[in-house]
Amino acid sequence: MTLSLVLVVAAALFAVGLWGALSQQVVVMVMMGIELMINAVILAGGAFWWFTTPSPDGQVLLLVVIAAMTVEMAMGFAVALLLHRRRGTDMTDMASELKR
Amino acid sequence: MIGTIVFWVAALVAVAAGVEVFRTDSMARASYALAASFVAVGVMLLAFELDYLGVIVILMMVMEMAIMALFMIMLMGMNPALMPMSMVHGKRTATVVAAVVFVGLAAAALLIPWPDRAGAPAADLTRSLGDAVMGSKMLVMLTVSPVLFATIIGALVLGHPRDRYQRYGDDLERDHPDDPIQGGVGR
Amino acid sequence: MPEVTTLQPWWAALAPVTLLTLAAAGAAMAGAQTARRRGDGPLVAATTPLTETWRLLRQRRRVPVAADRVLWHVAVGGLPVVAVLMAVVVPLGSVVLVDSPVGVVWFNAMDVMLWALWWLAGWGPNSTHSLVAGHRFLGLALAYELPLMFALTSPAIAAHSLRLADVASAQQGLWFAVWMPVAFGVYLLSAVAFSSWGPFAVAAHSDLAGGVLAETSGVDRWLVLAGRHLVLAAAALVAVPLFLGGGAGPVLGPVAWTLVKALVVLAVLELSAGRAPMIRPERFAEVGWMVLLPATVLQMLVAAGGAS
Repeated sequence: MTLSLVLVVAAALFAVGLWGALSQQVVVMVMMGIELMINAVILAGGAFWWFTTPSPDGQVLLLVVIAAMTVEMAMGFAVALLLHRRRGTDMTDMASELKR
Repeated sequence: MIGTIVFWVAALVAVAAGVEVFRTDSMARASYALAASFVAVGVMLLAFELDYLGVIVILMMVMEMAIMALFMIMLMGMNPALMPMSMVHGKRTATVVAAVVFVGLAAAALLIPWPDRAGAPAADLTRSLGDAVMGSKMLVMLTVSPVLFATIIGALVLGHPRDRYQRYGDDLERDHPDDPIQGGVGR
Repeated sequence: MPEVTTLQPWWAALAPVTLLTLAAAGAAMAGAQTARRRGDGPLVAATTPLTETWRLLRQRRRVPVAADRVLWHVAVGGLPVVAVLMAVVVPLGSVVLVDSPVGVVWFNAMDVMLWALWWLAGWGPNSTHSLVAGHRFLGLALAYELPLMFALTSPAIAAHSLRLADVASAQQGLWFAVWMPVAFGVYLLSAVAFSSWGPFAVAAHSDLAGGVLAETSGVDRWLVLAGRHLVLAAAALVAVPLFLGGGAGPVLGPVAWTLVKALVVLAVLELSAGRAPMIRPERFAEVGWMVLLPATVLQMLVAAGGAS
């Protein structure tokens, strides 16, 4: 296993997540796509850490990425819940106030 | 040798489970496929000797996906498991963008001459992480913790179905909140 | 740092056998308690686990319509696997199967696996009672998990290590159970809860027609029932290095002491079933967050103060 090959795996995970985040209509499924993209970032971060600079700084960065993911999840669920309660919908197409 | 095999099996599982998330019709399967993908990435982190972070990723993501499955079932208006349907929009654009991004990233990963390894990992990585977090990198954690705290408050404010006037009365005159389910500490 | 020898991989075959023996002893205790309440003789009581095993392994398996077989099998088969994975990091005297530097976090990760498994066991059979029980377990899990995490942190803080062998050897003078009673109590409580046993049997209780057991039969049912005792046994084993001084003790060797202590803890866990009524998750949530969580945080402060 080399850095390049691990990064290709991470790129594949990222692309799958990106596809989901762009194409899914349901808010929770969009979140799943974003989660997969962050998953790829974690893998790539771990690989960079191991193959280039194995210092504690990289580990702290990964910890921050994991924290960012929890924030994304918590706020995503809260917004999805609110959307569901107020509009009775869970589709992204019905929540487009920020578009214009 | 065994480590390499485990690593590539985990890599295969991570990507295959990631694809399965969007292929399956079952919401429970989608959630747990994502959990499997995360567990596989956790295993790969273990291969990089990141014991603490690898186990933490497994811990957090299984927990998160257990809750996510509930949200999926609660929020999905219809049940695609019973009524298979396509719930996507802009599929062609998404496919093109994802493919271009993958090709670009993979090409970069393969073509860029990555630098050689500088330095060696600490003997006790978990301890070195703890020292960093409580020492030179303390500011990072001091920033993350209020963000996490604000997230808890924000998510509760957005997600809670009852506001304080419903719980404590119009003039907030009640001593005890009027909740549909009474808590266990006898307030 | 105490020296522990990592055993050769083939010793791993012994781990499930040892854990199963321990779990069988636990199941016999629970069976004896039930039998005594019913007024059956001591012979019936002691052999209940064996006769039940024999009966269930011969029983034909029944699968409900439109069951999600894949996820159901993951849940049913996962329970014993997670129990074994919990137990492999426990040092038996000076030997250990997996000398994980983050054994405490590993145990925590494995008990979180039970969130997924109990819920999947409820989801799999496509049955209302099972699904309600699975959802209900997650409600309980949200209440006990954070206090449990802090309870697990206390011994790690006092020992300056997440490695179970280090935690065990840090208790040369005084067991952590003695000066961290809150953490130990919360640990025992959570062990009962994540095994869905006794007063916390929310995932498999008779008030919901058996919950996740409503539609399981044959070998599936055996795996769930045995898996529950295996998880209890694994939790009892992990408690020994965490709170009870590991293998330390007079006369008997460290291996024997670890097992004896684990048996005592297991007896406490198993016999909790007959002592208390079922605790409702929605009620316990407030207890967990408003009483146990602050208490365990204070316990952590005490642990940090006592350790420095």
